[in-house]
Amino acid sequence: MVRLGRAALLLAVLGFLYVPIGVLVALSFNESGLATVWTGFSVRWYGALLANADILAAALNTLVVGLISTLVATVLGTALALGIEARARKGRAVEALIFAPMIIPDIVLAIALLSFFSILKVPMGLHTIILAHVVFNLAFVSAVVRARLKTFDWSVTEASGDLGADGFTTFRRVTLPLILPAVIAGALLAFTLSVDEFIIAFFTAGAGRSSTTLPMQIFAMIRFGVTPEINALAALVMAVSVTAVTLAQRLNRGVIAP
Amino acid sequence: MLSQSLRARLLMAPALLWLTAFMVVPCLLILALGFFRRGIYGGVDYTFTFENFRLLADPLYLGIFLHSARVAGTATLIAVVVGYAAAYAIAGAPRRWQGMLLFLAVLPFWSNYLIRTYAWIVLLNREGLITQGLRMLGYEGEPPSMLYTEGAVIVGLVYNYLPFVILACYAPLSRLNPELAEASRDLGAGAFTTFRRVVLPQTLAGVAAGAVFVFVLSIGNFITPALLGGGKFQMVGNLVYAQFLTANDWPFGAALSMVLIAIMMVLLMAQAWGTAKGMGERNG
Amino acid sequence: MTVLLNIDAVTKRFGAVMAVDRLSLDIYENEFFALLGASGSGKTTLLRMLAGFEMPEEGAIRLDGADVARVPPNKRPVNLMFQSYALFPHMTVEGNIAYGLEMERLGRGEIAARVGEIMEKTQLSALAKRKPDQLSGGQKQRVALARALVKRPRLLLLDEPLGALDKKLRAAMQLELKRLQHEVGITFIVVTHDQEEALVMADRIAILKDGRLVQVGSPHEVYEAPASRYAADFIGVTNFVEDGGRVLAIRPERIALFPEAADRKVEGRVVARAYHGLDLMLHVATAMSAQPLIVRVTAAGADRRPVAEGDMVTIGWNDADVRIFTD
Ligand SMILES: Nc1ncnc2c1ncn2[C@@H]1O[C@H](COP(=O)(O)OP(=O)(O)O)[C@@H](O)[C@H]1O
Ligand SMILES: [Mg+2]
Repeated sequence: MVRLGRAALLLAVLGFLYVPIGVLVALSFNESGLATVWTGFSVRWYGALLANADILAAALNTLVVGLISTLVATVLGTALALGIEARARKGRAVEALIFAPMIIPDIVLAIALLSFFSILKVPMGLHTIILAHVVFNLAFVSAVVRARLKTFDWSVTEASGDLGADGFTTFRRVTLPLILPAVIAGALLAFTLSVDEFIIAFFTAGAGRSSTTLPMQIFAMIRFGVTPEINALAALVMAVSVTAVTLAQRLNRGVIAP
Repeated sequence: MLSQSLRARLLMAPALLWLTAFMVVPCLLILALGFFRRGIYGGVDYTFTFENFRLLADPLYLGIFLHSARVAGTATLIAVVVGYAAAYAIAGAPRRWQGMLLFLAVLPFWSNYLIRTYAWIVLLNREGLITQGLRMLGYEGEPPSMLYTEGAVIVGLVYNYLPFVILACYAPLSRLNPELAEASRDLGAGAFTTFRRVVLPQTLAGVAAGAVFVFVLSIGNFITPALLGGGKFQMVGNLVYAQFLTANDWPFGAALSMVLIAIMMVLLMAQAWGTAKGMGERNG
Repeated sequence: MTVLLNIDAVTKRFGAVMAVDRLSLDIYENEFFALLGASGSGKTTLLRMLAGFEMPEEGAIRLDGADVARVPPNKRPVNLMFQSYALFPHMTVEGNIAYGLEMERLGRGEIAARVGEIMEKTQLSALAKRKPDQLSGGQKQRVALARALVKRPRLLLLDEPLGALDKKLRAAMQLELKRLQHEVGITFIVVTHDQEEALVMADRIAILKDGRLVQVGSPHEVYEAPASRYAADFIGVTNFVEDGGRVLAIRPERIALFPEAADRKVEGRVVARAYHGLDLMLHVATAMSAQPLIVRVTAAGADRRPVAEGDMVTIGWNDADVRIFTD
């Protein structure tokens, strides 16, 4: 009885979470493009996306921002995690500094960066979005790598030194291979965050249309209502996030769920 | 050879410098900005003033504050109740399924916020799927107005933050020693009493922390009110957005965002204090 | 005998803890040396200083006459076999063993030959392609040993090398280690907290207490002629009898039950019997000491003249078998 109730509750909650997304994906394959009638399976709306120059440009921008900010954040975040975990004493200020990007509301960081760049008269564009995205990306990467380092047996790095390896060789041949799954998982999550991030990008992109990212493009389109193109675009963007996050979880169990 | 400690510092330095330059300094900047005057043409006039904070008490803004606190509070309450129940159900599932179930519950949180919100426009709009469903059941009248209501905003907030709440509630539930509940039953307590006296007190701290974040993220939201509320329902987030992008009153926007941070800090401190006090009571 | 390693008044502190306290010790070429001490006595710290992972605050560590105290671990002709083995989990057995030789930039052919040879010696050839998590405790131990031995160090340090093995396997590996050490002709310093292990394996034993040496000597010396009450208590079982300002120490096997001739004889009551298979330990309460005296009786002796709990017995010993401490 209790077990049945639990199963029903879980089914209801998962249904609530997945039905809206499922409907969206299903509609993206509807020939008519309407929510009213199902006229048959078609990928024509995906084709329409490819013909839309604005969307393609935005997708390219997003890719550039996502890849560069992820790369920078992965290097900085991994180094940070290694540095913190190698120290015997943990600084509270450092902990707070790393935790902050994860809890500060996006809107606050967004306007802070906008004010900062305008006052310094830094011209804004993709590069400022990248600078901003590295902030939260590196926090996430370092959190994932640190979680891995908590169970890391440091004696293997000593063993490597004992067998004649210098510091860099030990890192390349022992430490890095062992933490690599966590580093890649962290990078995948960072990439997902960056690709989906809207608010901070919106505020730090500057005025020109040339630095519009995909979420900014989607926001602009949504305001005009439901269209079959948005459905297709949404389904594609969803697929990218779901793939990256699933991969991250497989590589490094526990990264988003136990 | 570099000393261990020096090498650790060198490894940490680039990231910490980055965070300082692009987070700490900008945040300090808006902290300062809140105490300046708005310039005539929208810029910043660098004369010190408390005006922005006085303005917060203006009935217009106070009304928006209270209204968005009510909306955010309702969404948080629903999300916490449903999320706790779901997390409880997951924690009670067979061990080998728990990881998968939790992963499924959390996965949506890692997808695009705009798109998840947009999905509800698809469902709720006048010619949307819910209207279609009603028609199929024989409903003939005017389509019900569901989109652009306060209800839609609340549903959107709950939908977006529910996975986060489930995760926050699951963590303490999964750490709970199952023998404690068994001991309670063994000592004669019923299932509900056991839940209320043993399970709930030990997991409340995690739940409260989760609730604080949902509340702050909701009250500071501007996407969901804009898309599902049709701009009719302002939250603090929309106000901040407007100061920076339409009204061009940056100092006031900065003051508003400081209020958001202050709310978060106060709630988190209250949560920490409540937890510490609860601990003391249980021990003493 | 030539001195290989000279430890000269070495000191290491961790905060307020004196882990190693002005310790001096010489280790000879080709020696199998055991460092014996209770947990926390500073054994691991001393070993880590010899390997280069900790730097002594004072004193010198001379290897072949040259001070190496400040030479980093990767530049020392010394290898350490870690207490946890510290095998590289992402490399095969072969990969683990070859690693140290690759660091010496030897040719492929030579590496393969030396790895093959040491795997033969340590009976690992059949496991060459396995990863550490597919090995048993004893197999891991052998890989860790082979990985260090293959480097042909001047000095091999082993931190509780058999600590993680079960009792039977330990006994076999004690002899195996000794055989290997003979075969490869490398000086071994083995850390252990197991006195029996030290007695079985080592050419010489050093007993450590609170970072200081209590005694250094051959197994026979430290067992038969302990330098202090602590040493006597730490190695084997010893009866202590307060006698004025002195303490008399006598081993259970030196006390005879119903002796015909003995320098000292006492009456006592058997308060407990502990049967160990090979022998029987009788706890005999006497007027001489507060603690009952422990008397070792061989199985054969016990059969000849059975005693039960509560029986009155006569025990005795010769003065030559008694050690006298004044501390
Ligand atoms: N890295 C360290 N930091 C602080 N104290 C230490 C450290 N390593 C060892 N100690 C202390 O030094 C003393 C000797 O430890 P150790 O050499 O590990 O002893 P053993 O190996 O004989 O058990 C102990 O009191 C231990 O707590
Ligand atoms: Mg030790």
